[in-house]
Amino acid sequence: MNINWFDADYLPWLIMLFPLLSFVIIVLFTARSRIVSQFVALAGIGIAWVLSMVEFVKVVWASDAELGHEVFGSSIDWMTLGTRTFEMGVLVDPLTAYMLLMVPLACLLIFAYSVGYMRSDPHYSRFFAYISLFAGAMLTLVLADNLLLLFVGWEVMGLCSYLLIGFWFHKKSAYQAGVKAFMTTRVGDMLMMVGIGYLFIVARTLDFREILYNEEMLAHLASTPAVIFGGSAAALIGVLLVAGTIGKSSQFPLHVWLPDAMEGPTPVSAMIHAATMVSAGVYMVVRMFPLLSAGADFHAGDFSAPMIVMGVIGSITALGAAILAVGQNDIKRILAYSTISQLGYMVAALGIGAWVAAAFHLVNHAFFKALLFMASGVVIHAMEHGQHEAAEHGDEHLHHEPEQPDGLVMDYVPPANDIRRMGGLLDRIPVTAITMAIGGLSLAGFPLITAGFWSKDEIIADAWHGAGEGYLLALLVVLCLLAAAVLTAFYTARMWFMTFWGAPRTPAAQHAGIGSFRNAWVRSRWARARRLEGVAVSHQDRSSALWMEVPLIVLAFLAIFAGFIGVHTDFPLLGALDNPLHEFLGGTLLEHPTAVDFNWLPVLASSLLALAGLGVGYWLYGLRPLGAEDADPAEQALGAGIWRVLENRFYIDILYRRYLVRPAEWFAVNIVIQAIDKETIDGVLETIGEAFVWLGEFFKRFNTIVIDGVGDGIPGAIGSFAGWFRQVQTGRIQQYLLYVTLALLALGALMFIQIR
Amino acid sequence: MVPLWMYLMVAASLFCIGVYGVLARRNAIAILMGIELMLNAVNINLVAFWRYQTPLALSGQAFAAFVFVVAAAEAAVGLALIINIYRRRQTVIAEDVDLLKW
Amino acid sequence: MDITVESIVFLIFSVITVGGGVLVVTTRNLFRAALFLMLSLFGVAGLFVLLAAPFLAGVQVVVYIGAIAILIIFAVMLTPQVTHTQGRNTQWTAGLVLAVILFLMLISVVTPIAEELGLDDWSAGFTQDDPADVPDGSLTELGRALVDPERYMLPFEVASLLLMAALIGAVMLVRPEDTRPRETQPDEAQPAAEHTREQLSSSTGD
Repeated sequence: MNINWFDADYLPWLIMLFPLLSFVIIVLFTARSRIVSQFVALAGIGIAWVLSMVEFVKVVWASDAELGHEVFGSSIDWMTLGTRTFEMGVLVDPLTAYMLLMVPLACLLIFAYSVGYMRSDPHYSRFFAYISLFAGAMLTLVLADNLLLLFVGWEVMGLCSYLLIGFWFHKKSAYQAGVKAFMTTRVGDMLMMVGIGYLFIVARTLDFREILYNEEMLAHLASTPAVIFGGSAAALIGVLLVAGTIGKSSQFPLHVWLPDAMEGPTPVSAMIHAATMVSAGVYMVVRMFPLLSAGADFHAGDFSAPMIVMGVIGSITALGAAILAVGQNDIKRILAYSTISQLGYMVAALGIGAWVAAAFHLVNHAFFKALLFMASGVVIHAMEHGQHEAAEHGDEHLHHEPEQPDGLVMDYVPPANDIRRMGGLLDRIPVTAITMAIGGLSLAGFPLITAGFWSKDEIIADAWHGAGEGYLLALLVVLCLLAAAVLTAFYTARMWFMTFWGAPRTPAAQHAGIGSFRNAWVRSRWARARRLEGVAVSHQDRSSALWMEVPLIVLAFLAIFAGFIGVHTDFPLLGALDNPLHEFLGGTLLEHPTAVDFNWLPVLASSLLALAGLGVGYWLYGLRPLGAEDADPAEQALGAGIWRVLENRFYIDILYRRYLVRPAEWFAVNIVIQAIDKETIDGVLETIGEAFVWLGEFFKRFNTIVIDGVGDGIPGAIGSFAGWFRQVQTGRIQQYLLYVTLALLALGALMFIQIR
Repeated sequence: MVPLWMYLMVAASLFCIGVYGVLARRNAIAILMGIELMLNAVNINLVAFWRYQTPLALSGQAFAAFVFVVAAAEAAVGLALIINIYRRRQTVIAEDVDLLKW
Repeated sequence: MDITVESIVFLIFSVITVGGGVLVVTTRNLFRAALFLMLSLFGVAGLFVLLAAPFLAGVQVVVYIGAIAILIIFAVMLTPQVTHTQGRNTQWTAGLVLAVILFLMLISVVTPIAEELGLDDWSAGFTQDDPADVPDGSLTELGRALVDPERYMLPFEVASLLLMAALIGAVMLVRPEDTRPRETQPDEAQPAAEHTREQLSSSTGD
């Protein structure tokens, strides 16, 4: 069989195959060897990356000729249920190709970073197995050509997020965070599954090509009335699918799991926040956009129900999360809220129909957010090293650290993550500081030179255009997003200056540096015990620093240059690049979207707001760096009351705990156990039980007298016979063979008699 | 030629000698030798029947070849077992190894 | 039956085979028993030659005498012998009686006696003494058949698998007990390490 593996029919299959294969190999064969597992995982994702690049180049070359309608793809029959055959297939169109540009590359860099970061972890191989599965599931989702396969990838990722967030399951808070993430996203997933089911009922297919590229089908969906709530089937399905995204991409009100997902190792946070989990939600709605907007002409201000839901939810999330990020002191939690906020941008963009801008921001965000998370991992690493060094120098004893709380606590910040305890790390980990500054500027949307600016600007420009036409939804979006933009710039500046600027505020920061990484749990329990055993635990391990820093530099490069492919055509100078992205992605869907006219106002507005936010941040935290005993200026400005609210995340988590989790527990304990189980069911059972006890008494009498006499006799006889007969079992093999021969002869004799 | 039944008789006597060896020897290795004799008796039968009844077919020879294979495998594993038992229990006397006794 | 050269040769090999067999099961010294086993197996090889199966005779010599019997001799030498004790076990008389009965039963079926006993349904054709000639190239044909997917290739492959399994099984069985300390895996080291730490801290009253 002569197969050209670079042929369009096979290549997409292979992309997702290799990471899944490395998962299988590590779990089944190489889990014992840390080195081999590490390289199996790296090889899997590396091959996937190379193949993705090949695929990407092929798509780019093909894009001249109406690519939107001639997608690469192939499918095979999966299962036949009744009269329907579900197919499993892959599809590569410009949107997929654009995702393929980002996902495997980000994953590869995160994998490489993990080599350095997880070095001392006792479950190193398992970690690589899980993240391989995670990456494989994401690639499956991206490449899927139907909703069912997409949902499979979606759910496998849900599982992986659970496994990885709770990776240090010895910590109660970690496994609680894992369960929280799993359960919260499950709410969205359930609704999404209902949506998929309903879509299948109405459309009789789940294939993207048959639904999204088929105007008749879309019209049919838009004209069929929904079973409930009025409206069209397309609207109901769309809202349900958006609910899935709200869970997966951590939108209000299901955003609560993401900040707690920080309990996982930092590479996992980078995975979840950048390359995989949350991107999946946005990717899914971008992919399903024709369905979500079916039956509504959003260019004329007629938004469909799913779009209104997305616009409102996205705006609220973008602004709310940005406000919360200001009030956090945990470096990773600040980034977590910034992720939620940025995802809000994308969802809001989809709400007003700017799906190209959403995809653009999705990929740019993935790059700079992966960068920020991995840089924060290095910071934490450096701080833990500093704590350790400080303890050895007697400046600060490890057991003076605040004890870790039992389980998830809202305002607890692990000491190594606490930006109040940092300061002055700039000259200790300079590479990280500079790359993190680049990532932060990209996040804040620093004008002209960062990727984040271009994509964010495109979203705001689209919304501005809509608001100019007088659409209320677009107005809401543009106001929320501009407000969020200034806050984003501010908290980014606050985080960076508090971490890297000025003088060290604690001995730990004083001694910070990149040594071998040991996270808090591993170091306190495992490494300390090893030292007691006399096993040397190396403190300076340069290669692990290299593994961590190289991905940072690569991502910093991307955080700047990934934006230039989407500059508006009419922008002076840079517009000469001709906005290749818009043309490229535009071919994906049926209707080629027209870019909005260039307008100076939104560009100026977002630039000025970003600069203002950064400026305020510099003014508060940069000009006069925070001293060891100083209070946080933002806290002073806002007042302690508001600050508490921010630290406690608007009390939403507490609200859920009090009004959803507690009642559920109460219901379980009091209603189900007490009222139903103990009183009703047990009452009936006890009455029956008493009747039987009486009956039993009667039988017992009968038993002792009549049955025992006979009953004891027979077992007794059998017992004594068995006692005699067991002597046959001598355990001598030859004696058994003797019996066998005897039986053989008996059989032979029988045959003789028969013949005669 | 010699009639077929003579070969069969040789095979039968060899088989019964093997049976006796298996049943009566104390040493486990000797038991194994008895088994080898029985296998050889079977092989003689196979080849003899092939020669006299179906010389044009090949199944008789092929089966004999497979018996060789099985015998070799059996001898290797059997002897390994005996040596292993000797290591653990310091004996090769089959009667002494009565772990399965009641 | 005429006395021909062939029948004399047959007689000699039969005596070697059966006599060797008897000596195998009666000789007390196991080493000698193994040598007699070789003798008996050699007799069987001779019978194969008489039966126009020279290939099998060769295999018999190579595999049985060359490998299996040698293996047995090795086993005999690896396990110390207590030659002065009784070579037979306690049930040897029963074994002898059963073996003789079995022999008589078999004889009554395969020899012309069967006709006397009225068992000729079973023994039909056993008196045959002039079989057709073995065609030329029979051995080539056998070799082809063993690797022909239509015929014996599957059993052949299974047989090779069986040999492989026996080889590995035998090696595993006689492998010396692993006395080296096991390399401590981090997964296992961890609880142990914690344990050590607890012990230390409790002993120092921490």
